[in-house]
Amino acid sequence: MIERTLAPGVTLRAVQTSKFKTSMLAVTFLEPLREETASCNALLPRVLRRGTQDHPDLESLSAALDELYGMNLEPIVRKKGEVQCLGFWASVLDDAYVPGQSHLLESAAALLGELVLRPAGDGTAFLPEYVDSERANLVDKIRAEVNDKLQYSLSRLRSQMCQGEAYGVGRYGSEESAQSITGEALQERYRAVLQTAPVFLYYCGSAEPERVERAFRAAFAALPQTERAPIPQTIAVDQPKGPLRRFSDSMDVGQGKLILGLRLGGGVRDLAQTAPTMILHAVYGGSTNSKLFLNVRERLSLCYFANASLALSKGVMTVYSGVEFANFQKAEEEILAQLEACRRGEITEEELETARRSVAGSLRTTLDVQSKLEEFWLNRFVTGTDYTPQALAQAAEAVTLEQVVACARKVQLDSIYTLRGKED
Amino acid sequence: MKKHIYETIGETVYQEVLENGLHVFVFPKPDFGQCYAFFATRYGGMDTRFQLGGKWLDTPMGIAHYLEHKMFDTPDGNALQTLSATGASPNAFTSTAITGYHFSCTDRFWENLRILLEFVSVPYFTKESVEKEQGIIGQEIRMIEDNPDWQVFHMLLEALYKNHPVRNSVAGSVESIAEITAETLYSCHEAFYTPSNMTLCVAGNVDPEKVCALAREILPKEKKPVIPRDCGEQEPEEVCCRENSRTMAVSAPLMQLGIKGTPAPDGDAQLRQKILGELACEALMGSSSPLYSKLYTQGLINGGFYCGYMDYPGCAFLVAGGESKDPQAVQEAILAEAARIGREGLEEGLFQRLKKSAYGSYVRGLNSFENLCVEQARSFFAQQDPWTFPEVFAQLERADAERLIKEWVQPERTALIVIRPGEEEQ
Repeated sequence: MIERTLAPGVTLRAVQTSKFKTSMLAVTFLEPLREETASCNALLPRVLRRGTQDHPDLESLSAALDELYGMNLEPIVRKKGEVQCLGFWASVLDDAYVPGQSHLLESAAALLGELVLRPAGDGTAFLPEYVDSERANLVDKIRAEVNDKLQYSLSRLRSQMCQGEAYGVGRYGSEESAQSITGEALQERYRAVLQTAPVFLYYCGSAEPERVERAFRAAFAALPQTERAPIPQTIAVDQPKGPLRRFSDSMDVGQGKLILGLRLGGGVRDLAQTAPTMILHAVYGGSTNSKLFLNVRERLSLCYFANASLALSKGVMTVYSGVEFANFQKAEEEILAQLEACRRGEITEEELETARRSVAGSLRTTLDVQSKLEEFWLNRFVTGTDYTPQALAQAAEAVTLEQVVACARKVQLDSIYTLRGKED
Repeated sequence: MKKHIYETIGETVYQEVLENGLHVFVFPKPDFGQCYAFFATRYGGMDTRFQLGGKWLDTPMGIAHYLEHKMFDTPDGNALQTLSATGASPNAFTSTAITGYHFSCTDRFWENLRILLEFVSVPYFTKESVEKEQGIIGQEIRMIEDNPDWQVFHMLLEALYKNHPVRNSVAGSVESIAEITAETLYSCHEAFYTPSNMTLCVAGNVDPEKVCALAREILPKEKKPVIPRDCGEQEPEEVCCRENSRTMAVSAPLMQLGIKGTPAPDGDAQLRQKILGELACEALMGSSSPLYSKLYTQGLINGGFYCGYMDYPGCAFLVAGGESKDPQAVQEAILAEAARIGREGLEEGLFQRLKKSAYGSYVRGLNSFENLCVEQARSFFAQQDPWTFPEVFAQLERADAERLIKEWVQPERTALIVIRPGEEEQ
């Protein structure tokens, strides 16, 4: 595995392994997550995916991908703390599995570069019909968040609990801001992203690093050689701004959603902080042996799921569950009672050991799944850390009860959101 | 054990049939840290009516799924917790035709495999433990009923099929699961969880012989007959209902179009038809097809549009869906394009490209241990060898896809389901 700086602010990480049938390539631009730019940034990869100068429409682009044995090329927008990551994920058959032994890496990298750097159009503006149709699709996508009641509830909690913080902005921005994007504004944003955003290039497959570097250098040669911005920072809020806040919506649903937003007492970045926080998460609500699973689901039969999720760099933990409307209070009390138990150190050695194994096991599995490994290394790049999955797994195995309790004592409840039925 | 080498796709599979009738498949993966085991029975949401000991039993809808939940109960507690205590990630699922239990782990594989084989083969439930699960599964049912993607697919199956039990909701309803008792669960276990009705598939850096040895040690010795499947009365060629719709809390109309096909008999013919069906679907309306570009450009579909071939025992169909502001127009366009292909045929260049692309996605699927094992189990139950797909691809021709489109994509074989935004009508 290598990490190379191809130009100021442009980093390539290449993992060499022959164990997969495919090679994975990715390009990601890092932008600060902001209300004003989020939608425009999110629209960019979608408009770029419509066509290039050599493959100007969907049909010709699809034909090119088919010829590369069904290369996958997906626009992807991710939110990592308060950093908006936009770019493409590509996957192509590894050389050993291509009938006729052709080499697909160079062609795949070239197509990726072409997609990012040479959009369809006259070179000064995007094609208006592409902007119009992708803007409409983005607006549909933002509106469709309501279709998934859990994701919708989580996003409603985040936006209200973190109002005034960048973290409150959704990864695609708001419907209104998406609606108002013009072709000129998008073109301007495109220029700004290409010139100033830090770039993370990634490869995982059988090719030796030198060949990968050559392929990426050639594919991205037209990337502007500029001073790029530093990696955007995520500002963690150490504790709730005031007394507990409650938010709620009602909708035509059969099951209620209960979401609790907690502050971890600060952002979590380096290995020493990350390992105990992950163990606390596993003990409390991160596995089928967690306190939430065993008590809210198994002991009280209140729900099908009750889990916690972490946004480490932002210092936020979210607990989410689907419950009967009549059981909101019971479930809330039990979820908080289990947090209290963690704070009081009521964690058995068995629970702790289970959590250590579960966290370490899932980190080691990262090495066997290409998409997970890319995510892991992108997270390292975004947070300015560079430990390996193995190192984090080892650190997790060494976490003590005292460390977990210390983490738990810093956790504070900030806000509670409920999605209720119409009859409530 | 028999060793099969599939050179072009870089896979090796060890296979053994144990004395009790269990089929074991092992994929050695020396470069990986992860191990995955999948223990499955030929029993799913469709199997509510069956014969046991000469008597016909009619069991409540959702019982296979309920049994899956309760199988984790053991005299010492719960196997889900026992497995995750070792660091493994265990889970289970029930689909229309399969119930499968699985775990992945990077450590203590043999201990985990022992737990898996033990808890799935030994039922342990009481009246109280069965009742306790009503609350949990009741919430699972509420959760999926609020999911518009599930609703649209479930309504599609009800519209396509008049008799076939694929119409059953796998999880059942809050009402149907209220009828489930410990006694019925025991009968279902006895009928379907017999080794000859099951398969064990493992991928990882493990010794295949040792997998068999452990299965021999733990599982029942007796070989019992496999219970024949009841697919209901003969299905007509045409759909049960041409269209249906309902309202839900969604942002835009959500559609699913189903095209009822003719199921292929079990065996290699089924694999051939699956690949052919996928190619025909892609040629008709997939992302490389002329129709897709047209509908996308017109704003009738968006990037969330999907299409594909699906099959279950005794049924096969094409499906297409996503958000659309005018589902009827999408349906008409698909039928018109099929008629055009029927008259003019497919472009040879397009068909050859689609073959390359589909081949690539089959090879890509081999990256996932879960996919390897689940696909192996599904194919075994349908008496196919899934890893012969490169040969099938080599044999398929454009005329085959044209024929399938011409025969299947007909108005009377088509059902359209639409979920519209709005309040539920009482």
